Amino acid sequence: MSVNELLKLYFEMLRIRMVEERLTDWCNKKLVNAPVHLSIGQEAVAVGIMAALNPEDKIISGHRCHAHYLAKGGDLKKMFAEILGKATGCCKGKGGTMHLFDDEAGHVISAPLVAASISFGVGLALSFKMKGENKIAVVFLGDGAVEEGIFWESINFASVFHLPVLFVCENNLYATHSHILQRQPSENITERVRPHKVNAHRINDGNNVFLVREIAKAKVELVRKGQPCFIEACTYRLREHWGVGEDWDLGYRSREEGEKWMEKSPLKQAEKTFLNRISAPMLHSKIKKMEEAIKKEIDEAEEFAFNSPQPPKEDLLSEVG
Amino acid sequence: MGMRKITYKDASAEALLMAMEEDKNVFLIGEGADHINGIGGQCLPAIRKFPDRVIDTPLSENGLTGFCVGAALNGMRPVLIHQRDDFMLLAMDQMFNQAAQLRYASGGRHRVPLTILSFIARRPGEGVTHSHSLQSIFAHFPGIKVGMPATAMDAKGMLLRAIFDDDPVIILEHRHNPLYNREEYVPAEHYETSLSSRVVLLGDDITIVTISITLLDALKASYDFLLEKVIFPEIIDLRWLRPLNIEPIIQSVKKTGKLLVVDTGWKSCSISSEIVALVAEQAHGHLKCPPRRIALPDAPCPASQYLEPLYHPNSEMIIQAVEEMVK
Ligand SMILES: Cc1ncc(C[n+]2csc(CCOP(=O)(O)OP(=O)(O)O)c2C)c(N)n1
Ligand SMILES: [Mg+2]
Repeated sequence: MSVNELLKLYFEMLRIRMVEERLTDWCNKKLVNAPVHLSIGQEAVAVGIMAALNPEDKIISGHRCHAHYLAKGGDLKKMFAEILGKATGCCKGKGGTMHLFDDEAGHVISAPLVAASISFGVGLALSFKMKGENKIAVVFLGDGAVEEGIFWESINFASVFHLPVLFVCENNLYATHSHILQRQPSENITERVRPHKVNAHRINDGNNVFLVREIAKAKVELVRKGQPCFIEACTYRLREHWGVGEDWDLGYRSREEGEKWMEKSPLKQAEKTFLNRISAPMLHSKIKKMEEAIKKEIDEAEEFAFNSPQPPKEDLLSEVG
Repeated sequence: MGMRKITYKDASAEALLMAMEEDKNVFLIGEGADHINGIGGQCLPAIRKFPDRVIDTPLSENGLTGFCVGAALNGMRPVLIHQRDDFMLLAMDQMFNQAAQLRYASGGRHRVPLTILSFIARRPGEGVTHSHSLQSIFAHFPGIKVGMPATAMDAKGMLLRAIFDDDPVIILEHRHNPLYNREEYVPAEHYETSLSSRVVLLGDDITIVTISITLLDALKASYDFLLEKVIFPEIIDLRWLRPLNIEPIIQSVKKTGKLLVVDTGWKSCSISSEIVALVAEQAHGHLKCPPRRIALPDAPCPASQYLEPLYHPNSEMIIQAVEEMVK
C-alpha cells in the first residue's frame, strides 16, 4: 500500500476519534440527553473493514454504531442532529444515537436490541442473491451478541443458503460489565463459529487497521463468491459501556489491562507503522493538516445540528404505520 | 367479475400465487414450505410455478422474521409463513421490537412490507402449544396490522391487501375444517379487502361482533334458531383487529342497545375486552344491558378429544347468551 493509502485509513480513524471527543465535550456540558456508546479504542475495525468494501456494499450495525456510520461515509451533520434529537437527524430525531443509518453511504440500518440486526444482514444478503445484485452485506456485532440465539440462527441460515454476508464481531472482551469468560466457555469465538461451515478468522490484533484491511480483503473476495465469512477482531473499549467517561474505578476491569490496550490503540499503532516509511516531522505535519480539516467539518456539523429545528409536535404520532 | 366456488384454503393459496405473478419481489418463506407438504398445501401452486421464490427453511422463527425484515429493507415483499400461531411467540422480538417499529424509528424512511401468515389449528390432540389463538397479544403493538379472515372472500382479499401493504401485516387464518374447507364464491381477479369491519347480517335486537371462525357460529345460531324466534341479531365480522374499525360497532350498538362479542382467544386483556371498553367509552348511554363476551375459558387448550370440544365457543353458547340478553 502507498503511504497515501495508509494515511487515508489513518484519517478515517482520526475522524471517528475526533467526532467522539467532540461528543464527549457535549456530554460533559450536559448537552446530550442520550446514551452514547463510544467506539474510542475500536476505530481500526470499522475503518479496516470498510476499506475492503465497494461503495455499493451495504453495512448493518447495532448499538455501538458511530464508527461504522462514519467509516462507511455517513453524513456527520445528520448524525449530530440525530444525537441531539433534531428534525434534521437521519431518523428525524426519532431513532437516536443507536439507530444511525445513511442510505446514500450504504449504511442500511442500526438496531440496538443486541443481535437483532444480525438477521437483517442475512436477509439483505438473501435479497442480493434473489435479485442478482452484485453486492455483499456486512454485519457488525459485539462479543455479547454471540450469546443470543438469533446469532446462531443467522450463521446457520447464511451457511446453508451460501449467502454473501460477512459477519464482523468486535470482541472487546466485555458486554457491559461482564467479562467474556463469565459468559462464554472461551475467549475464542471463531472456533465455535467454524463448525457451521462459515469461513471464520480471528484477528488477534484487531487494533491494527492495516492487518484488519488485509484480512477483510481476502474474506470479502470469498463472500462475493457466496461463501459467508466471519471475522473476529480482538479489540478493546477504552471508555465506559455507555457515556463518555472512563470506568476503571468500577472494578470490573483493571487500569493495567486498559493501559496495555492503550499502548496498542489503533492510532498509535498506525503512527508507529508510518515512522518506518516517513520521517517524524513529515508525519506530524500531515496529522496536523488532517486534524485541521476534521475540526472544520466537525465545527460545521455542530453548528448545523445545534441550529436545527426540533421535530414538530405532530411527529409524535407520524409514521407509525 | 369471474366468480368460482372455491375453499377458504384455496382462496388463500390463490392470493399467494397471484401476488407472486404480479410482483417478482414477492417470495414465500417458512418451515415446511416444501414440495410435499407445502404448508398444508397452501404453497403448492406457488412452489410449482416459482420454485426459486419459495424457501423451505431451518427451524428459526425469530431469525426468519429478521431475515425477512432485512430483505424487505431492500425492496422485497416477503411472506413469512408459520404453521401455527403458537410458534410466532418465538419471533416476538423481530415482529414487534423490529418490524413494527422501524418505520417510526427512522422517521418514516425505513419501510417493512412484510406479511406474516399463520394459522390457528383447533383439532383434538394438539394440546397446549399447537392450538392457541393469540391474536390479542399481536394486536397490542402499534405499527403492525393484524387481520383474521372469516370467509373465503376475505382469505384472498385480506392476504392480497397484506402483501401489497408497505408496512408489516399479520394474517391469522383459521384451520378448523368447517371454515378452512368451506366453499364460497370468490372472484378470480385481484381485489383487496378494505381495512374495515363488515356488517354481515342486519338486525335490530342485538349486536354480535364475531372474530374469525366465530362468524360461522353466530350465523348458525341465527339461521338455526334466533331468526325463527323472531330475534334479529346484527352480526359484524371484525376482520381487522388493528386497525380496529370500531365505528360500525358503535353505530350498531346505538341501534340495538346490546353487545355480545365472540372471540376465539382468551378473555382477559383481549380484543373482546378492547371492544367492550370502546363501546363503554363511546356508546355507554345507549346500552340497555351489560355487554357480554364469549371467549375461551382461562385455561390452556386440552388435548383430549373429550375435553377439547368443550373449550371453544359454539353456536349454543351464542344462542343462550342472546336469549338471556334479549329477554
Ligand atoms: C436483547 C438485549 N439484551 C440486553 C441489552 C442491553 N445491552 C445493551 S449493550 C449490551 C452489551 C452488549 O455487549 P457486546 O455485544 O459485547 O457489545 P459492546 O457493548 O461490547 O460493543 C447489553 C447487555 C440489549 N440492548 N438488548
Ligand atoms: Mg463487547
